[in-house]
Amino acid sequence: MTVKTATPESKRPLSPHLQIYRPQLTSVLSITHRATGIALAIGTIFLVGWLWSAAYNSNCFNSINTFFTSILGRIMLVGWSFAFYFHLCNGIRHLFWDIGKGFEIPHAYRSGYAVVIVTIVLTGLTWIAVLSQAGSQ
Amino acid sequence: MKHSDIRTPLAKVRGLGSAHDGTGHFIWQRITAIALIPLSLWFVWSILHLTATGNTPDAVVHWFSHGFNATAIAVLLIAMFYHAKLGLQVVIEDYVHRVSIKFISLLANMFIMYGMAALSLVAVLKLHLQYVPQMGVAG
Repeated sequence: MTVKTATPESKRPLSPHLQIYRPQLTSVLSITHRATGIALAIGTIFLVGWLWSAAYNSNCFNSINTFFTSILGRIMLVGWSFAFYFHLCNGIRHLFWDIGKGFEIPHAYRSGYAVVIVTIVLTGLTWIAVLSQAGSQ
Repeated sequence: MKHSDIRTPLAKVRGLGSAHDGTGHFIWQRITAIALIPLSLWFVWSILHLTATGNTPDAVVHWFSHGFNATAIAVLLIAMFYHAKLGLQVVIEDYVHRVSIKFISLLANMFIMYGMAALSLVAVLKLHLQYVPQMGVAG
């Protein structure tokens, strides 16, 4: 038995039709959840490097700390903190969906905007804390 | 159908199908997610504290000498790497369609995530046991 699938040879279009698909808040947040998840997984390499060097190589540990106080390091950490707070907030949104709450379209939009706002606020507060520390030292 | 997963023929013949495995995946993704809410916020807060008090090897070793800190970060690392492994697994299953590349990617995902978990747990254990109150550790 052969099952006809939407492979290139079947010439049937794939759904959703991404070329003509207008992005919505809900779909953009959905793919961003996945993208931030991948970014955070890659970011764990730096966490492992930080822990390992703290335990076994203090020269390397100092280099890593110097890197993360540089401009490029700071940009990466801002990106990491944004990805972290987004994945956290949107993950909580997903957990509410898992127990069957907030599925209605107006609710999904409201919680979506809440995720975006809370993410920006938490990222901002974190970096105000970091920069006020750096200023006081 | 070619074999595109890592299940044994026994697991398949038990008749639970992919749904059995999928339910476990779904549940563990949620359990680790719930655990990670307080753990990750605590970790970010701790890192901010640690950098405020000087992010030296000395300060880090002292921080890890506390049993609670070492335990909480160990649990965080286990939950985090398992959560990441499950998440990346879904991404690979969704986007990688060639059987051979998919198999290699799924295997690599497991080795890398479990390997990083092991590396970081050993480092945490070393940092926890390293602290000697009377002696300063040269930075």
